Amino acid sequence: MSARRIFSRPARFAAIAPYVWMVLFFLVPFAFVAKISLSQTAIAQPPYTPVFSLADGLSSLSDAFAALSLDNFRLLLSDDLYLSSYLRSVVVAVTSTAILLLIGYPIAYGMARLPRRWQGIAMMLVIVPFWTSFLIRIYAWVNILQHDGLLNQILLALHLVSTPVVWLSTDSAMYVGIVYSYLPFMILPLFATLTKLEPALEEAAADLGASPREIFWLVTFPLSLPGVGAGALLCFIPIVGEFVIPDLLAGSKSLMIGQTLWLEFFTNKDWPVASSIAVVLLGVLLLPLLLYDRLQRRQLEAQR
Amino acid sequence: MPSASRLSRFNVASLTLGLAFLYLPILILVIYSFNASRLVTVWGGWSLRWYHEFFNDGAMIDAAWMSLRVGATSATVATLLGTLAAVALSRGQGFRGRMLFSGMLYAPLVMPEVITGLSLLLLFVALDAERGFWTVTIAHTTLTMCFVAVVVQSRLVSLDRSLEEAAMDLGCDPFRAFVMVTLPLIAPAVVAGWMLAFTLSLDDLVIASFTTGPGSATLPIRIYSEVRLGVKPEINAICTLVIGLIAVVIVIASLASKLSSDRGESAAPL
Repeated sequence: MSARRIFSRPARFAAIAPYVWMVLFFLVPFAFVAKISLSQTAIAQPPYTPVFSLADGLSSLSDAFAALSLDNFRLLLSDDLYLSSYLRSVVVAVTSTAILLLIGYPIAYGMARLPRRWQGIAMMLVIVPFWTSFLIRIYAWVNILQHDGLLNQILLALHLVSTPVVWLSTDSAMYVGIVYSYLPFMILPLFATLTKLEPALEEAAADLGASPREIFWLVTFPLSLPGVGAGALLCFIPIVGEFVIPDLLAGSKSLMIGQTLWLEFFTNKDWPVASSIAVVLLGVLLLPLLLYDRLQRRQLEAQR
Repeated sequence: MPSASRLSRFNVASLTLGLAFLYLPILILVIYSFNASRLVTVWGGWSLRWYHEFFNDGAMIDAAWMSLRVGATSATVATLLGTLAAVALSRGQGFRGRMLFSGMLYAPLVMPEVITGLSLLLLFVALDAERGFWTVTIAHTTLTMCFVAVVVQSRLVSLDRSLEEAAMDLGCDPFRAFVMVTLPLIAPAVVAGWMLAFTLSLDDLVIASFTTGPGSATLPIRIYSEVRLGVKPEINAICTLVIGLIAVVIVIASLASKLSSDRGESAAPL
């Protein structure tokens, strides 16, 4: 199609401005994180000794490379605090993603079985909370879960417990918060794949004598696996680096890696260590990020 | 073919419980913002007391104003850049660095905010930029243009391309064809993208905390430091106001996408 090709050239020029912006404010900053993660901590403003600066010219570059230090990374390995933070982050993210899948799947499945004109409304209802502030939604749970909050009042009134239960600053509160915040991210990709399923496939299975349970596990679920993958990655990756939810809802006994980074940066003012935490975190997330990128690409190709 | 009979009792139950789980906490928050009692958990009758308190809290008002300015500015720049990016990705076939481009565009959607925030701050420090309104605005633009690009791109992909081709066959140059034909058709998605960018900016705590400077706190930063000290009824009032504002934004955005579906095109998935 010639018109298509004519349109294509100026469309490429449209890429220039966002391209430059993303390189400048997304890609280049990572170079600074990498550089500062190799610097020495210093009590100064800004609090690190730069290992090299371009102003010194290329001749100083070899000295600079000699001065690069892996001390921060050695520190990360030697101190249990960091290792246990990484471990906790991954465990929390895996657990939450599993819970999200268990809760999100039935909801998405129910949505996909609604009559078509109701589906749009149901989708809207799931998306709206995503627009509402993240922080406000977590704060709403602080209201409910606090010592004399609504949940304890209800439990006491129903005589289910005799004394108020401690909810706030526990892992259960954190999981409630995470599931609550990320549920739309799980439901939407699941719903998107489930609505595209051909109903005839399920009907054919039923005609051939499969029970509803068999139909679900042998036909529907396997076909919805791309949605499961997309939803799981969309939740897992940001949860690993989550800061606000564990900070406001979980106790301070064990920290997630996002909290440790925050602490090193804002409280200890140790920018080099904070940077090396970020570098390692990025390394941990590289595989899921690449997987997510591939899924995205494939989905866009399918839309074409 | 699909009929209501496909819904099992289990389907209905999970839908009802799921929606209740999503909405009840917000509803409770809103109701308690009108509580006259200082104790958050004791109902003391309806009152607007906490709204009065908010409007007399100078620091809070400053923070809210800062957030609105950052939100409007960053959403506008992000919509411009995000729309350009979407056009390039859906209409410009294979250009050099396309893979890197789309990768960079989608990564911030899932990148943990602590990493984005830290890396941008280190850039600003290296550039010796004064931190405040502009640094937060740049950070939010970077984050939200990706969301705009996704929304606009999905609209562009579903668009009938023969319309553009017809315009060019009739003598439009590509730029005119884009302005006269494509842009009006994707306008609802562009509006929805702006709204999404605005609410995301209004919402962000982590990236703003890293990139802001002394004396220019945004609303989430103020709310966060108050919430860490415990529940305060005034915060409920502020949150309710923010929810109200966002509700207005959502209504506008959904009207915009309804407008586009009324034109016989499939609406943006928003």
